[in-house]
Amino acid sequence: MTELLASRKVRGYALFVGVAALLLAVAPGVLDPFRLGLLAKYLCFAIAALGIGLAWGQGGMMTLGQGVFFGLGGYAMGMFLKLHDAGDGLPDFMTWSGVEELPALWEPFRSPVFAMSMVVVLPVAVAVLLGLLVFRQRVRGAYFAILSQALAAAFVIWLVGHQGLTGGTNGLTNFYDVFGMDPEEDGTQRTLYYVVVIVLGTLYLLARQLTKSRFGRLLVAVRDGEDRVRFLGYNPATVKTITFATSAAMAGIAGALYVPVVGIISPALLGVVPSLELVVAVAIGGRFALGGAILGGVLMNYAHTTLSENWAEGWTYLQGGLFILVIMLAPKGIAGLAGQLGDLAARRRTPKAPEAPTVAIKEEVPA
Amino acid sequence: MLDQLPIGLSISGALLLIALGLTFTFGQMGVINMAHGEFIMAGAYTAYMIQDFAGDQAVIVALPLAFVVAGAMGLILERVAIRRFYGRPLDTLLLTWGVSLVLQQLARDLFGAPNVNVTAPGWLEGRLTLGSVIVPYTRLFIMALAIVCVVAIWAYMNRSRQGRRMRAVMQNRELAACSGVITERVDQLTFFIGSGLAGIAGVALTLIGPIGPTLGTNYIVDAFLVVVAGGLGQLRGAVLAALALGLLNSYAEFWTDASLAKVIVFGSIVAFLQFRPQGMFVLRSRALT
Amino acid sequence: MGISTWRGLALVATASVLLLSACGGETGEKADAPGSGDTIKVGILHSLSGTMAISEVTVKNSELMAIDEINAKGGVLGKKLEPVIEDGASDWPTFAEKARKLIKRDKVATVFGGWTSASRKAMLPVFEAEKALLWYPVQYEGLEQSPYIYYTGATTNQQIIPGLDYLKSKGKKKIFLVGSDYVFPRTANKIIKAYAAANGMEVLGEEYTPLGHTEYGTLVSKVMSAKPDAVFNTLNGDSNVAFFKQFKAAGGTAEKLPVLSVSIAEEEVGGIGVDNIVGQPVAWNYYQTTKSPANETFVKAFKAKYGETKVTSDPMEAGYNAVHLWAESVKKAGTVEVEAVKKASDGVAIELPEGLVTIDGLTHHVYKTARIGVIQKDGLISEVWNSGKPIKPDPCLTTYSWAGSLVPNPSPCK
Repeated sequence: MTELLASRKVRGYALFVGVAALLLAVAPGVLDPFRLGLLAKYLCFAIAALGIGLAWGQGGMMTLGQGVFFGLGGYAMGMFLKLHDAGDGLPDFMTWSGVEELPALWEPFRSPVFAMSMVVVLPVAVAVLLGLLVFRQRVRGAYFAILSQALAAAFVIWLVGHQGLTGGTNGLTNFYDVFGMDPEEDGTQRTLYYVVVIVLGTLYLLARQLTKSRFGRLLVAVRDGEDRVRFLGYNPATVKTITFATSAAMAGIAGALYVPVVGIISPALLGVVPSLELVVAVAIGGRFALGGAILGGVLMNYAHTTLSENWAEGWTYLQGGLFILVIMLAPKGIAGLAGQLGDLAARRRTPKAPEAPTVAIKEEVPA
Repeated sequence: MLDQLPIGLSISGALLLIALGLTFTFGQMGVINMAHGEFIMAGAYTAYMIQDFAGDQAVIVALPLAFVVAGAMGLILERVAIRRFYGRPLDTLLLTWGVSLVLQQLARDLFGAPNVNVTAPGWLEGRLTLGSVIVPYTRLFIMALAIVCVVAIWAYMNRSRQGRRMRAVMQNRELAACSGVITERVDQLTFFIGSGLAGIAGVALTLIGPIGPTLGTNYIVDAFLVVVAGGLGQLRGAVLAALALGLLNSYAEFWTDASLAKVIVFGSIVAFLQFRPQGMFVLRSRALT
Repeated sequence: MGISTWRGLALVATASVLLLSACGGETGEKADAPGSGDTIKVGILHSLSGTMAISEVTVKNSELMAIDEINAKGGVLGKKLEPVIEDGASDWPTFAEKARKLIKRDKVATVFGGWTSASRKAMLPVFEAEKALLWYPVQYEGLEQSPYIYYTGATTNQQIIPGLDYLKSKGKKKIFLVGSDYVFPRTANKIIKAYAAANGMEVLGEEYTPLGHTEYGTLVSKVMSAKPDAVFNTLNGDSNVAFFKQFKAAGGTAEKLPVLSVSIAEEEVGGIGVDNIVGQPVAWNYYQTTKSPANETFVKAFKAKYGETKVTSDPMEAGYNAVHLWAESVKKAGTVEVEAVKKASDGVAIELPEGLVTIDGLTHHVYKTARIGVIQKDGLISEVWNSGKPIKPDPCLTTYSWAGSLVPNPSPCK
């Protein structure tokens, strides 16, 4: 049995190394720069999806406002790049918005250290604040989902309404210089791609470590029976807030990487619908496995690009239909489906092996 | 100051109408129906469709029809999909969002992407002038319709046999089932009424808003917020929350601007839930989650 | 236990399939330099899905019609034009991504596309970096002049300022500004306020609502109680429907309080309801009713191709113009090479549905005749005033003394 376990563990690592090699060594070789840029974009969304996988799949917090954190990270990065381009002058959008002096909010973002730390600090701060407020009050399940959705809606309206400060609907775009590189050059795209892959890999390992730890088990326990955990003397609000903040940080990092990769950050990426689409991607990939969340993030965005390229009108039908089918037939997503099939095969091979306990899908029914 | 009152109330009326159906489907059954907005849209298109036959009285004729059309759509949705998801509200959210996408595209294919128009009946043309405030008859009509719906629902829930069964199932499904209530039948009826109310809201909204494939998305977040602030499954909660949010919206917009008003409304709801995490009214229960 | 391994294997398998399929379709698709094949590829990039699709699909249609017309006459430089259509999906980053795809992968000779300012701003760095051409067909807020973008819609001195001149000539002294919250209305309103200050007009209020806003009870009451002579309306999309329905219900009519709109064309009138907006003025450069020989054929051809009930509007016409103006410039240059086309484009003049349209090589904008129209009972718009001759484009308002403070420093225009 231990031998089997060991071999499985080895296989698990082999798998991780395999995917990493595929992304690091194979993809840059076979994909042209344009497609490589697209893949980098999908992987940015995969980072945000990983965060959702952690908060929702492991922690049971369905967050429909992840766009807010993605945006905070993205704008922190965008502000830095914009100021870098502008030098002593003002960012272009401010001049046509009638702003004459650099707003105080922008000033510290000149410093790369400050801007890069804000990529994580801002989302975490907002998540902790919100988490402490709502989780302590035991707002959860559907309530939390709707509140986070309202947060995304309010955030976008605020961003759009402060054109002089945020660039309004246009967002921040037109970057000439990304850390000394020309963003439109192929070499830059390649470098950025490597950065995204490495960050994704690191965050995945971190998240995995977190779920395997004592804290991870506590988190699952909170998901499956919050009150019981409370009776055992733990504080579920703290556990949830920490997880929520971690997932927010991941979304922030994803947003920050997205900016140089795609060359724009705008409210169109952050509202109710994009946030919901991310959650759906995770559901389709498989929310109970971190890898499934990543897979969902990549797969959905890939499908979006390809299908809308070839079949714009039908895309909506297909997208809607796909959600319905996956949610109805495979509530654990693609990763879960693979697991079920795998289970079947494993059982056939070793008929005496004890059945793997099925993970109970349980959510709070509003009282 | 006082001038804003009737305007705020008229906004409350519209909010209440779009949220009423949700107090049934979300509040009583725990189903987060993202397609609720598309049922509203179905109601609006119903009015548009019968315009050819009913002329400028289309809005009135469409009210019962839209109730049936949207209700039937809801019933189908419940039978085909949602009934497998009771107790898993977050899954219903994803599922019904898929449904809402499909319905939007369907509307685009059936009626075209541009907005269509429904002519308001001639007798709704006028307006009431109270000092410097103007309250259009269309707004009064929407307020009256909201009141009629609330009274009808209240009577149904508290006075009819079916309504009592509905409340029984909501309060304790197992016990109700043991007592001989066919909970499945009750679920269907609840969903039918909840969706039908969305249809009625859709007809009313043709008087003041655009009628197009994306109509539902304009209202869905607001509708959920009313239900969350009011407390799940609470008729009086929904009424009070709609009143409060409508007034807050109108006063905030009066003093600041429309964008900031929305942000203020969202912020207030989060703050309010700090004090009353279950909304204004809570259904007492000893059940442990 | 078993789950995770198998799940993992499935993940790798799916990932590989994904990667392979991503590159599989790519090889062999690569084209050579623009125009070197049997056909000349041109990109068409509009939102075919999402909220902007309502507007942009019709522009795509009129651009395709122009391409068909050119092909029917033998194409350009002896080659047929081959449109490559992409969907911007009402999402600005997607516009940038698809623009990159059209230029880098499809090697198109030029791109016709965009509607919102945000989509243009998102595409601008791509076209400038790749040194490719974009033809942008919608009226916009001005203060921009990219060497790689041609603007065939009106800039502010061809639409907003004539609109204000019209209001002034009608003796409207006190105006109220209502707009959706984004770049075009905010910039337009800055210009309006500067114009008002210089022309003895008074701005009584300035209100913005979020895009897609539909609750106008408070705003209408604000407008009504301010008692202006006219409203200048820069609302966009669905908001116009809600605003006019609620404005009319509160007793607002064209006789009592004219609302001059700059984003309502023939197509929008049906959705708003003719009753709610009849008699209200709008400012554009083209209407379906515009009298010109070129317009007769344009309207006839459009209806024949897309349906008798379809109407034509200003942005559609500007998109149609863009294709013809580009083709004419290419013919003059004798090549599709970008710099040569740019050089040849200066002074290219064609009779188009709105009248004579000339490219201004310096600003990359076009000379356009400003027209004020009034919405009729049949939903079409009849012209009540025009500028008499095409107005020279002035995106940075350099010829208006009162506009000095509006132009950023350094000026975006040459």
